Amino acid sequence: MLNYDIVVIGGGPAGLAAAIEAKKNGVDSILVIERDRELGGILQQCIHNGFGLHIFKEELTGPEYAQRFIEQLEDMGISYKLDTMVLDISEDKSLMVMNRTDGLLKIRGKAIILAMGCRERTRGAINIPGTRPAGVFTAGTAQRFVNMEGYMVGKKVVILGSGDIGLIMARRLTLEGAEVKAVAELMPYSGGLTRNIVQCLDDFDIPLFLSHTLIDIKGRDRVEGITIAKVDENRKPIPGTEQHYECDTLLLSVGLIPENELSKSAGIQLDSITGGPVVNEAMETSVKGIFACGNVVHVHDLVDWVTEESRRAGRNAAKFIKDELWDGGPSFRTAAEKGIRYIVPHMVRVENVEQTVDLFMRVDDVYTNVNMVVKLDGVRIRTITKKHLAPGEMESIKIPTKFLKEKSGGLLTVCLEKEGA
Amino acid sequence: MNKKEMICIVCPMGCRLTLQEDVNEEKGYKVSGNQCHRGIEYGIMEQVNPTRALTSTVKIKDSSLNRLPVRTDHPIPKAMLFECMKLLNHIEIQAPIKMGDIVVENVLNTGANIIASRSMA
Repeated sequence: MLNYDIVVIGGGPAGLAAAIEAKKNGVDSILVIERDRELGGILQQCIHNGFGLHIFKEELTGPEYAQRFIEQLEDMGISYKLDTMVLDISEDKSLMVMNRTDGLLKIRGKAIILAMGCRERTRGAINIPGTRPAGVFTAGTAQRFVNMEGYMVGKKVVILGSGDIGLIMARRLTLEGAEVKAVAELMPYSGGLTRNIVQCLDDFDIPLFLSHTLIDIKGRDRVEGITIAKVDENRKPIPGTEQHYECDTLLLSVGLIPENELSKSAGIQLDSITGGPVVNEAMETSVKGIFACGNVVHVHDLVDWVTEESRRAGRNAAKFIKDELWDGGPSFRTAAEKGIRYIVPHMVRVENVEQTVDLFMRVDDVYTNVNMVVKLDGVRIRTITKKHLAPGEMESIKIPTKFLKEKSGGLLTVCLEKEGA
Repeated sequence: MNKKEMICIVCPMGCRLTLQEDVNEEKGYKVSGNQCHRGIEYGIMEQVNPTRALTSTVKIKDSSLNRLPVRTDHPIPKAMLFECMKLLNHIEIQAPIKMGDIVVENVLNTGANIIASRSMA
């Protein structure tokens, strides 16, 4: 059995930032475990730019953003294992791990940081009708084929879902010579950033059909065509609005799910809305000494925020190792109310917070000119006016600890209120 | 053109810009709706000579992967994106390569270089 102070599961942006930050905070015995053949995670296939505007104040591509962290990790002498799969975590923080060189081995960490990221929802997850031919890919799988392996996925393409990956792939496949016929989105708004609609769809005259869904896939061996239809306010297809497209490829960009099989095996409590672990201000899960960060906790829209959150997890895991993480004192639960889907973290122990308590959340619909209202036990303590809110964009609120310091605990809520109400 | 609406794509904010012809302005246009100075630059460029950064891949030999991600080090005219893609189709690089290495110098006389987005052994 191998023993480390901190074991990080996942070598993507979250795991890299957490490991580096833990080392910076005085922990030397760290191991990063990655199942792919190299570090960097999904960033390696995101060859478009737009990463790092907050963290580095410049616009980088995914591989460039990853390489900065990989180089830092290597310079700091943090060890890692590639091509290695974690099969199981038990509550005593020992891991069952397997790879081709070591075979099956047991690794024990005094602390563990979960950074497994998320995976894409598939055709099966959203029950798309029709035949089952080849040519149906999730957008991220297609991205890996095209950008890393060098395989083109198709010539005539329709994309279901207008999340950022779907939009990015519409542009990518167009540049590579495919004809992207349409992007269909179930909701009345796009889940992607406005700039991506402009530079990925408008630039290439690719039509975006909002409030549309896929109702049929045709083809025996390969996709031959698909049918989309407009949906009503209950998201049910409206008869007579069907449009048929001849195509050989369908990409799905229909959401991401935090990957928490290992969290479950460790007996960690999950949030049914985010699909990720319930965490406190230190990014610690319901099992003491097991931390989590990045998309395994909740799906982020910018990698910069993943880095920030993971640094917090790494710093606190180091504190845990040094026995500096407080477990007493006033603690506050957080709860999402009207208009807010979820809040991370779920619990805040004020003793561990330096200046502000940072709450991250998503709204449940598109809103204009609303107030985000923070209440402590029903009493308003902060109001932030927002011109525009959308489910695709994560929001954050900072609460100065002075509001919480004198209290012995309580409930922090966030809700939306119409301006002037 | 008298007035034109557009969405700024410089950063994820996505400001809604209004571009108006104005002889009193130095560059002949007045931009409003921007939340930073880069919006002004973008708005005018988008009218006069729209440019885009191009990211793509080229073939790479003797590496663990088949494709090397590359990008332009400066934006190039939007109208030249497809021509540039055509040119990249014929490039094949020999590993190893370092992030930032020039893959194509002064691509299509745009003044921009195509550079490697990562190191590959």
